[in-house]
Amino acid sequence: MGYPHKPHNRETVVLSKYFGDPEAATLDGWKKRGGYVALQKALTMAPGDIVTIVKDSGLRGRGGAGFPTGVKWSFMKPGDGKPHYLCCNADESEPGTFKDREIMRWTPHALVEGCAIGAYAIGAETAYIYIRGEFTEPIVKVENAIKEAYAAGILGKNAMGTGKTVNVWVHRGAGAYICGEETALMNSIEGRRGNPRIKPPFPAVSGVFAQPTTINNVETLVAVPHILNNGADWYKQWMRADNPKSTGTKLYSVCGNVQRPGNYEVPMGFPFKDFLYDLCGGPPEGRKFKAIIPGGISVPIQTVDEAEASLMDYEGFVANGTMLGSGGVIIFDDAQNIVKQIARAARFFAHESCAQCTQCREGTAWTTKILERIVAGDGTHEDLDTLLDIGEQMTGKTICVLSDSCATPVASGIKKFRADFEALIKKKRVHMVPAQVA
Amino acid sequence: MSAPNTSTAEYFRAPADWGPTDGKGFETAASHGHAEHAPYQPVLAVGSARRKELDELLTRYPTKMAVLLPALWMVQHERGWVSDDAMAEVAEVLELTPAYVKGVVTFYTMYHQHPVAKHFIQVCTTSPCNACGAEGVVEAFLKHTGCHELGTTSPDGNFAVIEVECLGACGFATPVQINEDFIESVTPERVPEILAGLKS
Repeated sequence: MGYPHKPHNRETVVLSKYFGDPEAATLDGWKKRGGYVALQKALTMAPGDIVTIVKDSGLRGRGGAGFPTGVKWSFMKPGDGKPHYLCCNADESEPGTFKDREIMRWTPHALVEGCAIGAYAIGAETAYIYIRGEFTEPIVKVENAIKEAYAAGILGKNAMGTGKTVNVWVHRGAGAYICGEETALMNSIEGRRGNPRIKPPFPAVSGVFAQPTTINNVETLVAVPHILNNGADWYKQWMRADNPKSTGTKLYSVCGNVQRPGNYEVPMGFPFKDFLYDLCGGPPEGRKFKAIIPGGISVPIQTVDEAEASLMDYEGFVANGTMLGSGGVIIFDDAQNIVKQIARAARFFAHESCAQCTQCREGTAWTTKILERIVAGDGTHEDLDTLLDIGEQMTGKTICVLSDSCATPVASGIKKFRADFEALIKKKRVHMVPAQVA
Repeated sequence: MSAPNTSTAEYFRAPADWGPTDGKGFETAASHGHAEHAPYQPVLAVGSARRKELDELLTRYPTKMAVLLPALWMVQHERGWVSDDAMAEVAEVLELTPAYVKGVVTFYTMYHQHPVAKHFIQVCTTSPCNACGAEGVVEAFLKHTGCHELGTTSPDGNFAVIEVECLGACGFATPVQINEDFIESVTPERVPEILAGLKS
């Protein structure tokens, strides 16, 4: 993992090997570390062969949904006479996640290389890297890397002397969580408000500028050069023997109340308990873990006992009632007011709702108001049922999943930590009764 | 609103005293406090460095509209905010309507639609940072900048403090963004030192 701590000996550093190494961000430094070998190789291969290798490797989308990358790429039909586009989703905005930021800060050339290979594999001549507007340092790093790559003839009309055209550009966002949703991201690149689009048509049919488009997360694309260099079987060495559906390594961002926050790279199937106590160092001194969200704030919150039983891969987390999501592990200790933190999460979604769909626009705001009322000590027992009811109305009924994402931590929070909610509500009652008696 | 007892055409007819009566055109949002104080100086004038930058960007996209977000960034970098006049200029250059551009500007939180303080301080207070004491950092900034209240500008015009939603650096709690600078692992104790660095 490296930055800001030294890698733990139980980590498997593939993508994060050069975190904290300033030389890796330069073109010369990156070439010395084996950079652009995979791109050179890829540009001499048939695009279909690259897609096959990625398919065989079992690489799945690291942005949250976990869709098989090779299968996604195979939806793009080269030679259909239309311009194709690759969009790299670097709008990392899911609270708890900060892995893509570190990838772009320390190894921007890895991303440029991954984008170039991805674009070539899907028959695209242009790739846009959509970086959230707040990431000023990563934007500068990636733009510099692109500049260096053009100057060295790695990108452009005759990429690496192969006669193929590969362009990679940065597109800066301007502060909207929803632009991390793939169709909203495409609207934002087109110069529109970042409202998600109704699917179908899916991006592979009609994406950015109404042309066939593939959208991939930063971490997904950065893994591709390693797979091309070492082969699909090499990548498959990291999986559980009983679960071939999740392969490779995954970066987890750890934050909240924990001894050693930061990014950790572990193979698929790693035991979550070891991860929490061994790698991350356990809870702060004198405290205990209370609640854990393993995949960014949109996935179900868990008690420590539940969370500790998980194995860290797509299926492992689902089997335990939550999701891998984006890999943003958020930890709250026993000194935290869980209700307040859930209310704060709801406020995040209310702020970031694009307001297209009624369920989301009204539901996120209503949820926030009720939760903040409970935190302030003015809650009633009916509020909990109202929250669950609103959550149900918000789930599965909107264009994108922001609405569901708001309902998930609230519903799971009430289910797992009902006593905390009721304690706040009871406080109010205790206060009221003597007042009436007197 | 209940419809009056008149025909639809009558109902939507503009009042007689409405419209360009003083030769200055229709009343716009600009006359409601969003106006520039001095005559607007174009940012993207033909031949200017910014215009050349814009023309270079246009070669990267198949449509003119796609350059809208970068064009708005250029305006904000030059002027510190995006005024109605600036939106009109960008609209003209990219062959869009000012109303469309305004629609886009209002969607994205990072475009300032008003002039902002010299140092615009945004403190992340979403759940992970909140659990690590972000509220204390907000309080410290409010106290030491003299702003006292979220969103207001300090009397000297130098500082404004707001709470912001997730800045994407949760493991470095609490991250603070001051204009284009990103500061990690801010604690209430570090606030005076950070502010001192800004003043110099």
